Amino acid sequence: MKTGEKFCLLIINIELFILFFNNLDGAVLSIQINEKYCIGCRLCEVHCKVEHSASKDILSAFKRERPAVLSRIHVDEKKPVSVPMQCRHCKTPLCVSACLTGAISKDENGVVLHNPEKCIGCWTCIMVCPFGAISRDERGKKVASKCDLCPSRKIPACVENCPNGALIYVEAK
Amino acid sequence: MKCKYLIIGNSAGAIGAVEAIRKVDSNGSITLVSDESNHVYSRPMISHYVRDIATFDEMLYRPKSFYDDQNVNTLFGKKVVKLQIDEWKAVLDDGQEIEHKSLLLATGGKPIIPKIKGLDKNGVHSFTTISDAKAIRERVEQPATKKAVVLGGGLIGLLAAEALLSRMINVTVVELSDRLLGPVLDPTASTIMARKVEQSGLTVITGHTISEVLGVDEICGVMLDDGRKIDCELLILGVGVTPNTQLALDSDLKVNRGIIVNKRMETTTPSVYACGDCAEPYDFAYDSFRPTPIWPAAYRSGAVAGSNMAGLESEYDNGTCMNSMDIFDFPVISVGRFNPGEDEGCDILYRLDEAQSVYRKVVLNKNRIIGAILAGEIEKAGIILSLMKNKVDASEFKEALNHKDFGLAYLPVAIRNKMFRVKKD
Repeated sequence: MKTGEKFCLLIINIELFILFFNNLDGAVLSIQINEKYCIGCRLCEVHCKVEHSASKDILSAFKRERPAVLSRIHVDEKKPVSVPMQCRHCKTPLCVSACLTGAISKDENGVVLHNPEKCIGCWTCIMVCPFGAISRDERGKKVASKCDLCPSRKIPACVENCPNGALIYVEAK
Repeated sequence: MKCKYLIIGNSAGAIGAVEAIRKVDSNGSITLVSDESNHVYSRPMISHYVRDIATFDEMLYRPKSFYDDQNVNTLFGKKVVKLQIDEWKAVLDDGQEIEHKSLLLATGGKPIIPKIKGLDKNGVHSFTTISDAKAIRERVEQPATKKAVVLGGGLIGLLAAEALLSRMINVTVVELSDRLLGPVLDPTASTIMARKVEQSGLTVITGHTISEVLGVDEICGVMLDDGRKIDCELLILGVGVTPNTQLALDSDLKVNRGIIVNKRMETTTPSVYACGDCAEPYDFAYDSFRPTPIWPAAYRSGAVAGSNMAGLESEYDNGTCMNSMDIFDFPVISVGRFNPGEDEGCDILYRLDEAQSVYRKVVLNKNRIIGAILAGEIEKAGIILSLMKNKVDASEFKEALNHKDFGLAYLPVAIRNKMFRVKKD
């Protein structure tokens, strides 16, 4: 690792450290949001849908797949402000402790996972998520819908496709 | 038998405690005693069992290997009959004694059984445990069962009614107060819910109760307090639950409605803790200690108790009563003090769209949110709860709280930055 890279990592780590102690429940960020750079283009939503579609092809995902694919990231907007928000994978996730059925859990890598099989669509997680990052999936059996950090990708689709660096992936262990 | 941690109970609070203890102390011996003889399950899912859309295995709250993974010694189907707190001994119904160093009462709630004549007849059930659900499902599957009466129009009663309706049973709900879901909704939200309930085909009778259960051995109907008779082959008592405090009372722990605890979930006796439905945890919206019989509060308060038992100081200080439901396809969330008295000088902001069945209400006191109802539109409810927990001055953005698209973008950038970890530069 070059010295410059190390320095960058150090800065990121210091930033994380500050965030760690400043914030709600001491969560460590996985995807960092910088709203100043968000231009509200919603490409994050588009690519989230593609990633979570059956075909993983943008045209099929939008034109053919039924029921329509849902995005797990949402851009909160009140012009001129736009803020992309998805599951923060909190260190002490309120959704995990509130879940009535054990459908939400935190795995050994810190990823907050949701198991639709066990979900009963009671929306208790929506009630407690401080970021408003969980939504309803009522396309079939009612279940919650949230970011899974794109398990089959190295970098989540929303981050990789953000054209302006509003989303940055910081692997936090 | 000896152990370091003794936990009485096996539901959300007990599991919260086990998981919290293990985060701090990976070896300390944990013994868990429960009068139910099964693996921990999601109690709210008993309605799914009655509906026959979930098997018991699908209701498990934690994987089958949970107790082994967490190294917990379980004594299922056993009841603690006596606590000798001075000697740190618990006596089981089979005479066995368990010595321990700290104790957690996670004994939960027990169904309220109203004083009604004839409750001993076959076909009368409460709606709290898996054994209730099994008995009800068995009854429902008998061809003779065509009509049911549910006593109680609260959350328990309506969940039971909804499950029975889905099994093609004709259901009448009898509720003593003048509206449905009294404790968890305000009158406006209750009215919308009542409309949804009626559309579903359920019959609701408010302002009355049952005075007698009719039948010889088997129930054949109920008589209401005004003399009206309703035929039924099944009666469900869904009036509510009350803290199960018998063991605490017998052991001279201080008990109000529930077992009295401090913010550390410790009872009036050091190293004896209580959590969940049997206790009276702190409620930040009321700034007082009161029963909070909801699953998330049981888990969180259990986790706080477990953490303190294992030596890591922790406080249960940001819980309040909150309910989320989706009954009869109508999602509703209510949190905190959503229905304050008129003399409290609260600022009430609401938006009602009857045609769309949307109702949102936020209650503020000195510009701090103290309660909210979101009916029909529930997205972002958690942001409102978070602003409430953090006692954020909402004067700048309170008008936006009931907006359809309300979200982080409506908040001042400083709040977004500080509370929601959104960087501004």
